[in-house]
Amino acid sequence: MSRLSEFLSPESLWGRLDDPSENAGYEEHPPRKGFFTDTSVCIGCKACEVACKEWNQVPDDGYLLTGMSYDNTQQLGASTWRHVAFIEQPVGAPSTGAPPTDLGMPGSKPPGWEREVTLGEDLVDGDPQGAASGDSGVRWLMSSDVCKHCTHAACLDVCPTGSLFRTEFGTVVVQEDICNGCGYCVPACPYGVIDQRKPDGRAFKCTLCYDRLKEGQTPACAQACPTESIQFGDLDELRERADARVEQLHDQGVDVARLYGADPDDGVGGDGAFFLLLDEPEVYGLPPDPVVTTRDLGSMWRHVGAGALALAGLGAASFLGRRR
Amino acid sequence: MQDLQNADCILIEGSNMAEAHPVGFQWVMEAKRRGATVIHVDPRFTRTSAVSDLHVPIRAGSDIAFLGGLVNHVLSNDLDFREYVVAYTNAANVIDADYQGPDDLDGLFSGFDPETGQYDPISWRYEPPEEMNEEERQRDRELREEADAAATGDDAKRSHQAARSESHGSGGAPVNWKGLRDETLQHPRCVFQILKRHFARYTPEMVEQACGIRPEQLRQVAEALTTNSGRERTTAFAYAVGWTHHSTGAQMIRTASILQLLLGNIGRPGGGILALRGHASIQGSTDIPTLFNILPGYLPMPLADHHQSLDEWVRADEGKAGFWGNIRSYAVSLLKSYWGDAATPENDFCFDYLPRLTGDHSTYSTVKGQIEGRVKGYFLVGENPAVGSANGKMQRLGMANLDWLVVRDLQMIESADFWKNGPEIETGELVTEEIGTEVFFLPAANHVEKAGSFTQTQRMLQWRDQAVQPPGDCQSELEFYVDLGNRIREKLAGSTDEMDRPLLDLAWDYPVDEHGEPDAEAVLREINGTGPDGAPLSSYTELKADGSTSCGCWIYCGVFADGVNQARRRKPHWEQDQVASEWGWVWPANRRILYNRASAAPDGTPWSERKRYVWWDAGQGRWTGSDVPDFVVDRAPDHVPEDGAKGPDAIGGQDPFVMQTDGKGWLFAPVGVADGPLPAHYEPPESPVHNPVYAQQNNPGRKQLSTPSNPINPSFSEVFPYVFTTYRLTEHHTTGAMSRTLPYLTELQPEPFCEVSPRLAAERGLEHGQWVTIVTARTAIEARVLVTERLRSLRLGEQWVEQVGLPYHWGVNGISKGDSPNDLVNVTMDPNVSIQDKVGTCDIRPGRRPRGADLTAYVDDYRRRAGVDLDHPTDGGTDT
Amino acid sequence: MKRGEQSMVPEPEFQSYYGRPILKEPTWKTPDVPIYLWIGGIAGGSSLLAEGAALSGRPGLERVTRLTAATGAAIGTVALVHDLGRPERFLNMLRVFKPTSPLSVGSYILAPFSTLAGAAAASNVTGVAPRLGRLAGAGAAVFGPPLATYTAALFSNTAIPVWHEAHRELPFVFGSSAAAAAGGTAMMLAPAAESGPAVRMAGVGAVAELGIGRVMEQRLGMLAEPYEKGLAGKLTKLSRALTVTGLGLSALGQRRPWLRRVAGASYSAGSLALRFAVFEAGKESARDPKYVVVPQRERIRAREEEARRQGSGTVCV
Ligand SMILES: Nc1nc2c(c(=O)[nH]1)N[C@H]1C(S)=C(S)[C@@H](COP(=O)(O)OP(=O)(O)OC[C@H]3O[C@@H](n4cnc5c(=O)[nH]c(N)nc54)[C@H](O)[C@@H]3O)O[C@H]1N2
Ligand SMILES: Nc1nc2c(c(=O)[nH]1)N[C@H]1C(S)=C(S)[C@@H](COP(=O)(O)OP(=O)(O)OC[C@H]3O[C@@H](n4cnc5c(=O)[nH]c(N)nc54)[C@H](O)[C@@H]3O)O[C@H]1N2
Ligand code: SF4
Ligand code: SF4
Ligand code: SF4
Ligand code: SF4
Ligand code: SF4
Ligand SMILES: [Mo]
Repeated sequence: MSRLSEFLSPESLWGRLDDPSENAGYEEHPPRKGFFTDTSVCIGCKACEVACKEWNQVPDDGYLLTGMSYDNTQQLGASTWRHVAFIEQPVGAPSTGAPPTDLGMPGSKPPGWEREVTLGEDLVDGDPQGAASGDSGVRWLMSSDVCKHCTHAACLDVCPTGSLFRTEFGTVVVQEDICNGCGYCVPACPYGVIDQRKPDGRAFKCTLCYDRLKEGQTPACAQACPTESIQFGDLDELRERADARVEQLHDQGVDVARLYGADPDDGVGGDGAFFLLLDEPEVYGLPPDPVVTTRDLGSMWRHVGAGALALAGLGAASFLGRRR
Repeated sequence: MQDLQNADCILIEGSNMAEAHPVGFQWVMEAKRRGATVIHVDPRFTRTSAVSDLHVPIRAGSDIAFLGGLVNHVLSNDLDFREYVVAYTNAANVIDADYQGPDDLDGLFSGFDPETGQYDPISWRYEPPEEMNEEERQRDRELREEADAAATGDDAKRSHQAARSESHGSGGAPVNWKGLRDETLQHPRCVFQILKRHFARYTPEMVEQACGIRPEQLRQVAEALTTNSGRERTTAFAYAVGWTHHSTGAQMIRTASILQLLLGNIGRPGGGILALRGHASIQGSTDIPTLFNILPGYLPMPLADHHQSLDEWVRADEGKAGFWGNIRSYAVSLLKSYWGDAATPENDFCFDYLPRLTGDHSTYSTVKGQIEGRVKGYFLVGENPAVGSANGKMQRLGMANLDWLVVRDLQMIESADFWKNGPEIETGELVTEEIGTEVFFLPAANHVEKAGSFTQTQRMLQWRDQAVQPPGDCQSELEFYVDLGNRIREKLAGSTDEMDRPLLDLAWDYPVDEHGEPDAEAVLREINGTGPDGAPLSSYTELKADGSTSCGCWIYCGVFADGVNQARRRKPHWEQDQVASEWGWVWPANRRILYNRASAAPDGTPWSERKRYVWWDAGQGRWTGSDVPDFVVDRAPDHVPEDGAKGPDAIGGQDPFVMQTDGKGWLFAPVGVADGPLPAHYEPPESPVHNPVYAQQNNPGRKQLSTPSNPINPSFSEVFPYVFTTYRLTEHHTTGAMSRTLPYLTELQPEPFCEVSPRLAAERGLEHGQWVTIVTARTAIEARVLVTERLRSLRLGEQWVEQVGLPYHWGVNGISKGDSPNDLVNVTMDPNVSIQDKVGTCDIRPGRRPRGADLTAYVDDYRRRAGVDLDHPTDGGTDT
Repeated sequence: MKRGEQSMVPEPEFQSYYGRPILKEPTWKTPDVPIYLWIGGIAGGSSLLAEGAALSGRPGLERVTRLTAATGAAIGTVALVHDLGRPERFLNMLRVFKPTSPLSVGSYILAPFSTLAGAAAASNVTGVAPRLGRLAGAGAAVFGPPLATYTAALFSNTAIPVWHEAHRELPFVFGSSAAAAAGGTAMMLAPAAESGPAVRMAGVGAVAELGIGRVMEQRLGMLAEPYEKGLAGKLTKLSRALTVTGLGLSALGQRRPWLRRVAGASYSAGSLALRFAVFEAGKESARDPKYVVVPQRERIRAREEEARRQGSGTVCV
């Protein structure tokens, strides 16, 4: 899947790239496919998680009550290709008059607790995932995360075997039979998506249902989503739809609505799977400003080269001078 | 369900719709996208609340007070949809002068018999018309005789009771006459004025006292409802078991109906009260019932003392106004479908083959019968009562006392191996070797391994084809019962005993495929019904009382119209209009919204352009619109039935409630509701709160089950200071047999847990994520605890109420095992439908529960401290 | 949030999802990977010494360094193969050549290097085909330095904050550390009389390692924290101590050959500790979302400031 031309053209490393499939060498190819996940209508039913596992025959990921609200899957990984996050946030003054209680959720206070979410009354005006409630409110954000199918996919770039490749749909897929378990893709992904699975260490992640796409079908997760929180389609069209949705929410007074990963000029050249969020990305466990590592690839190799030369120089220099 | 998208406001109360009905919830989200206001009233902030505009935390079991407050708001501010109310409801009817309400009688209605705990509804009836015709006089006489009989003889009393609460069908109870009406609504005894007086107590302050809901929030909800009702706008309600599972459950729903009728939201697009039914075909299992007291199509089960003949059986309903008046045709056609040619006019169409009702045979009474040794054998088919029914211990003790038990299931459920894995084995209360029950476990085919129809929440039948053959010995229900029946029939063949005739005469001739599976479509055909020529009928109006038609369930007549399985239609909604009438088939007559004549004004024109649905087309002289009109299609709006008209002929042009015998929506129920003609707030049988509304603490009509294994926590007990309520999680299904056994679902909610507020956690020293023990007089269970702001501490005046939330899915088998919350739940039942209460009181403590016999001692100690006497286990004492 | 130790700077404010990591921790195994990095450095540096020794006529030094280079390459290959989940698929690496994948590039460095270094060592030991042996040795010396430094790109070309942000300095840190380790190893093993170049190479390497390390920490700002705290911090300190000890002993050991050998061992061990430190710091920075969120937030803030200064609207997040 790799070719020298890919390396040589700078836009294949980072920055805006409108047609990654073409860049990967597909001459004729369908329009780029992706997901727009509108978390404002997510009801946290996890149908997406289950549908993904059913369709792709992903094994279970262990049985652990985490105490992280209703999230017992915790994160994306080799055996979790869709992950629904649950974020409980207090809104306004607590009804008991008592000071906020640390709920003792593992790791940290519940997200948002550090900071008073200043939504209060306007919740009634339609914060999509926080109903006004009693004297004070609580907001429960739910969001289904997935591989971003980055325009510049670090996982793919660093894969030494070509096991990860760009499909004709512009998505990023692992070929199970080629992966050698080197694990390089794992730390390369700026979103912490892909991971290796025991026992043989091969890497797995969302394939954007490559098999279904080839049959002209909708990915299993989107198909199962009852509220159309997960919308599948041509990326261009999805981006338009997303812009319209944000505008609509802003009109309804939901100022907190924002898109994440929709900008083709961002650090990864835009995500194939992007999101509408109601809070900062990090609240959902997403990096606020991810950058594909290959942005600095040129610099890296230059420095490696310079380092090698310096070492060679040092080696030679060591033989200069007095003989002893 | 899809119609929710047309609502301008949706109030979800008593259901966690997003979690328990995620697929149907898409229509709520669609409505919201279109600008509807969504309100969720629930003790907990749930996934439904999260996407609602307003969440109102409420104390479990106090919904009548809250809804009553809304009714009061509407009535005292004249916010009702007056034109609708006058024309379409019984607001104008004048009620008998003997009627007295709870204001007069300290919380009781007139007609209460403290000895039996039952009401005689005679004083709730409509004031007779000034001039009775002969027939009406006759009915009046009978009614009085019946009432007198009830007041004397014991046996008669029993079936009288049954006659009231357990045996009327979809027509509701028949009233004797349309009664005297005052359309100015001024008569002091008219329903409207009674209603006003009755609900005047439900002030915002009272609501706060009862529910912990501040007046401000009540006002917010009231405003949302009233501004979104009327000619131009409609509000829909959705509820499920957060309402039904109470000793006052039926009345909670009644209160909502009253509110919706007052606001003019019934029979109109985006309106109505949507009962979100549970299991895949639970609607189907009431239409073609698995219940003891009704027959298919809600025909009442004949009573042992009252119904010696077909005539006696149908007489109460026959000839009444409305379609229910044709009951004889439905009944005869049903008998014909059972017994075919054997059913003749001469033998009363085999009416005598039908079993007769002798009293209450609801599930919990049956369990009590098991414990007492009266019930010897039991079939469990697709049910796991050891986990799913209230007071699990009672269930297990009952089953351990049987001679035989047949379990047909997909999984080795807790109800099938309670004799070795049950909690009572651990405590030593049951000993495996001493249990005499012979248990037969038979593997069942699952839904993809057999064909058949589901009837879901909106009365829609959807056909499902068989995808794969069942593995091994697994059999479908159809094959099993046909096989079982035929084997019994073979054994009885040649018998001359009269008793065996009903079985031997059964008209069973279903074609069987090469695997021995009877053809499910043939069954649907039989249910649909056939005419004299053997061809499928297309509407229940074609049914005849002379035995020339046969029909297995009159309301399903038409599902096989034109010989086509209409339930199999799968035209996507985006390829048809909004009503999507070509997806599946909805009873009756593929009608999507019931009583939709009410979507037009009395004169037959739509109430508004925006809400137009079904209307009178004067040019054509017919009702028309996007749905199948729920009316006599050519009955003009100004039609006044002739005196003495019967059945459908008696429906007036402005009587949209065509199944009610008076054609009106009932604000006040003159008969048919066991615990009063109007809803009144009573406390759950276990409660930390004194009933703020009436001196009467509990529903006086509730059904109690006094047995030592069902002790009740005393109310206001310091020992059991907290309220608990039970519910579901999206990730699991009911008793968990179909979810705790599957890795993909189990990993999403891998352990039993409970939810408490931070305030309660502080009060009891509970730590997030740790084990806690929850105790009632029944037993104690353990779970991990989530401390969360989603559980609200409620302030009722001076009193704080804390609620413990308990998802009820766990039992001792499966991948994820745990104590079963139902072991905590007491059995006290709603008198109308015999359903248990899902709430109770409890204590909660940090740490795991004691094991083995120590558990018994631990609970004993609690009982002692609370003053619970196992020999007198009822909740006596709280009724004042 | 509870964290083991106190940091100098006040805890930066940041939000996260239950304190959970955003990135995946590198799944590479310890000790395989740090050893691979270290031994690759030794082998690469040794190939230079070997070539110099050959050219300058130091047969003792040549023998030792040739053998070190060859053994190092062999051990490195084994460590790398062992780290793969599916070693039998090692050859998949050689299916493609991907300049964007330092692991791929590394395979194309390691493979020829191993072959050449092995051949050179074999020839040196057996005396067979001396010319070809020398040629191979020269070739190994060409691949040697990149073998020592490419591993910096291997780490940097990831999303791991403390690696990626150090991509300018890491090659020099690794290069100098390789010099110290290779020199140190030769100091240990080569005849004292011939080890002068090794001493010089190790000494300069050690000084550079310490110096560039400082520069790197300076540049990393808050991201230097993981190098200084916890297990990685201990290893960093150990590494520094060993390297400084090496320098000291080396100075003292001018007349005492055994001290020189100890100094060599100390250099080499210091280099090994450094590789472990870098590896552990990387894992720590992946585990704690702070190291992802805070710098990225800072980046956004700076960008917005820039945009404001240029008066050009808002910047999308
Ligand atoms: N995922 C999933 N879906 C299901 C099921 C399942 O097990 N799992 N079961 C199916 C079945 S059988 C059924 S019957 C339906 C039931 O559907 P629902 O009734 O929606 O389900 P529940 O969770 O039992 O209860 C609903 C809500 O009632 C609240 N509640 C409890 N007590 C009270 C009260 O006194 N007043 C009010 N206002 N609210 C109260 C609870 O907090 C809960 O949020 O779901 C069906 N759908
Ligand atoms: N505390 C508390 N208790 C409750 C409730 C509550 O809210 N709170 N909810 C109540 C409600 S609404 C309900 S519906 C009940 C549910 O309680 P149950 O009906 O007792 O529980 P389920 O787990 O639904 O049982 C269904 C069984 O049918 C089996 N099954 C599935 N398909 C088939 C089939 O095709 N054939 C056969 N033979 N078996 C099949 C499954 O394996 C499963 O064991 O629980 C009730 N109990
Ligand atoms: S999100 Fe990660 S795994 Fe997915 S394509 Fe981007 S870099 Fe690869
Ligand atoms: S683990 Fe597999 S997919 Fe990931 S980089 Fe290595 S070979 Fe490629
Ligand atoms: S697109 Fe397919 S593989 Fe990816 S998360 Fe959805 S269902 Fe899973
Ligand atoms: S994205 Fe859709 S399927 Fe997934 S949890 Fe949210 S609503 Fe459910
Ligand atoms: S499980 Fe079935 S009934 Fe329940 S929401 Fe999903 S589709 Fe509907
Ligand atoms: Mo149910």
